[in-house]
Amino acid sequence: MKRCMLSGNEAIARGAFEAGVKVASAYPGTPSTEILENITRYPSVDASWSPNEKVALEVGIGASFGGGRALVAMKHVGVNVAADPLFTLSYTGVRGGLVLVTADDPELHSSQNEQDNRNYAKFAKMPMFEPSDSQEALDFTRLSLEVSELFDTPVFLRSTTRISHSKSVVELGQPVPSQPTKAVEKNPAKFVMLPGNARKRHVVVEERLRKMEEWVCQQPFNRIEVGQGKIGVITSGVSYLYAKEVLPDADILKLGMVYPLPKQMIRDFASRYDTLYVIEELDPFIEEQVRAMGIAVHGKDILPICGELTPARLKRALTGETNDSFYVPQDTLPNRPPNMCPGCPHRSVFLTLNRLKAFVTGDIGCYTLGFMEPLSAMDTCICMGASIGNATGMTKVLDPQEARRVVAVIGDSTFLHTGINGLMDMVYNKSHATVLILDNRTTAMTGRQENPGSGYTLAGDETYQIDLEALCRSVGVENITVVDPYDIAHTREVIRTEMDRPAVSVVIARRPCMLVKHDPVKKKAPLAVDPNKCTGCKACLQLGCPAIEWQPEAGERGKAVINPLLCCGCGLCPQMCQFDAIGGRHEG
Amino acid sequence: MKDKVTNILISGVGGQGILLASEVLSEVLMLAGFDVKKNEIHGMAQRGGSVISHIRFGTKVYSSIIPDGEGDILLGFELLETYRHLSLLRKGGQVVANDLKILPPPVTLGKEQYPENIKEKIRSAFSDTLVVDGTRLASQAGNPRTVNVALLGAISGALPVGADLWHDTLRRMVPERFLETNLKAFDLGRKAAPVKS
Repeated sequence: MKRCMLSGNEAIARGAFEAGVKVASAYPGTPSTEILENITRYPSVDASWSPNEKVALEVGIGASFGGGRALVAMKHVGVNVAADPLFTLSYTGVRGGLVLVTADDPELHSSQNEQDNRNYAKFAKMPMFEPSDSQEALDFTRLSLEVSELFDTPVFLRSTTRISHSKSVVELGQPVPSQPTKAVEKNPAKFVMLPGNARKRHVVVEERLRKMEEWVCQQPFNRIEVGQGKIGVITSGVSYLYAKEVLPDADILKLGMVYPLPKQMIRDFASRYDTLYVIEELDPFIEEQVRAMGIAVHGKDILPICGELTPARLKRALTGETNDSFYVPQDTLPNRPPNMCPGCPHRSVFLTLNRLKAFVTGDIGCYTLGFMEPLSAMDTCICMGASIGNATGMTKVLDPQEARRVVAVIGDSTFLHTGINGLMDMVYNKSHATVLILDNRTTAMTGRQENPGSGYTLAGDETYQIDLEALCRSVGVENITVVDPYDIAHTREVIRTEMDRPAVSVVIARRPCMLVKHDPVKKKAPLAVDPNKCTGCKACLQLGCPAIEWQPEAGERGKAVINPLLCCGCGLCPQMCQFDAIGGRHEG
Repeated sequence: MKDKVTNILISGVGGQGILLASEVLSEVLMLAGFDVKKNEIHGMAQRGGSVISHIRFGTKVYSSIIPDGEGDILLGFELLETYRHLSLLRKGGQVVANDLKILPPPVTLGKEQYPENIKEKIRSAFSDTLVVDGTRLASQAGNPRTVNVALLGAISGALPVGADLWHDTLRRMVPERFLETNLKAFDLGRKAAPVKS
């Protein structure tokens, strides 16, 4: 068999292909995004970006009810968006197998919280697999689809950032033979979840879980690795790897499925040890269930509940030993936070909001970086689409003079995800806030994915492009202005006017991301600072552009200089300079 | 020492080509017959932030994370990011540092200072330090974007993999039109390695 290095996400995509998945749908979100991007390698799978995770799951449910296998992928917080169909899908069960991949983000590498989505398995009464490496990511994806059909249930596959984004050696398998398409099947008792039907399905769900609890005790994905017989460890997922590193001699019950638990297996295992640990990241999910069985274990009494569990953190908790660095720099090192790219169309909008002393209810995307110095112009950030509802609520409690400062800022992809509902509410309930849609023609933060407003599909085919102005008009917004954020004076004038207007206004700042994939932006020649004209006033530094560097030793009070390797000639900084010191570059 | 796992770190700034370098490195090690794990954090880190990639290889590798003080080799694409991640290296660890400064935002804004004499500080803590002018090697190779592959060349001598396997792997992973300059950059880096500056 072919061996190759695959990330967890690549392996999940491969597993879906091997399992004969017909439909894959998702909304991008770190660390899940590459699953769908990699599924496009397999033409037998119809893969698409949905406008949000709820729609993605509903598309998957439709495919399953139509008889085809489906994979739906999202980041952990995406499952919150998809939770409504999810809980009822658990009642209906499936026709074609359905796997929902939840990619959790312990340590919040790129998220607004670190919720532990294993809790969803128990809450929605669905089985959940948890792979420990890329090989298991592939194998468990295949297995999820088989188990889904075997027990007539949707199945969770839970990954975490370290599984999704780590690469390890994988042996590829053979794809299952392709299945013929089926006809629709009328079965209202199973598929129409009105109270009379749903009550009966709930009984089926409970029976299903009871059967699975016995079945999982005989499955090879739950296995015991025999060590020296002194210490017993129950673990799963990435924590299994850390347990093997730190306690190489322990006996380990390695769980491939974290819900439902193999209770009899756990009882037999636990009875052999005086010292038993449950080693898991984030919540005491397994621990609480084991304790509820009357078994004494160590878990969160010694392990951290916040952040990632790393080998070093595990070692410290179990043995008190720390991993000491041989050498640690003694200077104070400047941080290197992520920043908006040179030429980013968001930059001038936040500069303007800062100058106008706006209070900005923000949203999720690259533009969330607008909260950082020197732009410092984002004041709230909760979840996808929250900015507009937040602005509505805030204006209701402020006096009118203060309320006019409230501006909602949201990206194009996020607006289409769940922002539009907030705008409907704002108009419907006669609120007075200003909404800024930063339309950079892509879903930038997750790596430039297409969306219903970008004009392209996941596969790169041209498609209908949503007309944002017409969409806003149709929900009742009367004041809609489009600005080019590269024109600072005009952008400022429009935003100031609309903030003063006692009505709902939408300002669309439209300019493609410098990194957009289709119709790529051509960089212009880099600009340069004329050192004879630069007075060291630092006005250009207010943009926070990575290409503008400060030279403290130059001149009497320092001078700005533009790094030609980073500058893309967007033309914002000349608009900041009152001394006409920034212009075209003179070579030689 | 059959079970010994070797720990390699690659640090730098988002956008420097660290991802490709770590992909090539882990591919080469897999083809050489080792178990390999590698990880780095995507997402927020892409936007010019500090990036660190962990690569571990041996007979059997469990975790992909290298704890503080256990790194064997640190390949730094930028001086501050090399300096920052020295805490990951073990005593006697090896450093290959690209001789390049990229100023972080607090420094370009004039609010914080870029540390002074970084190269000297690295050398005094780790005698096995090689500073490479990756930018010069890449331009000698005829393509300024081959710095990452030149730097791979510079650590290649420390790894149990022959030059032929490196070349074969680059041939499979680098697009045709960039292949020649990348092979050249790799060889220049490999040649630069034994000469400790």
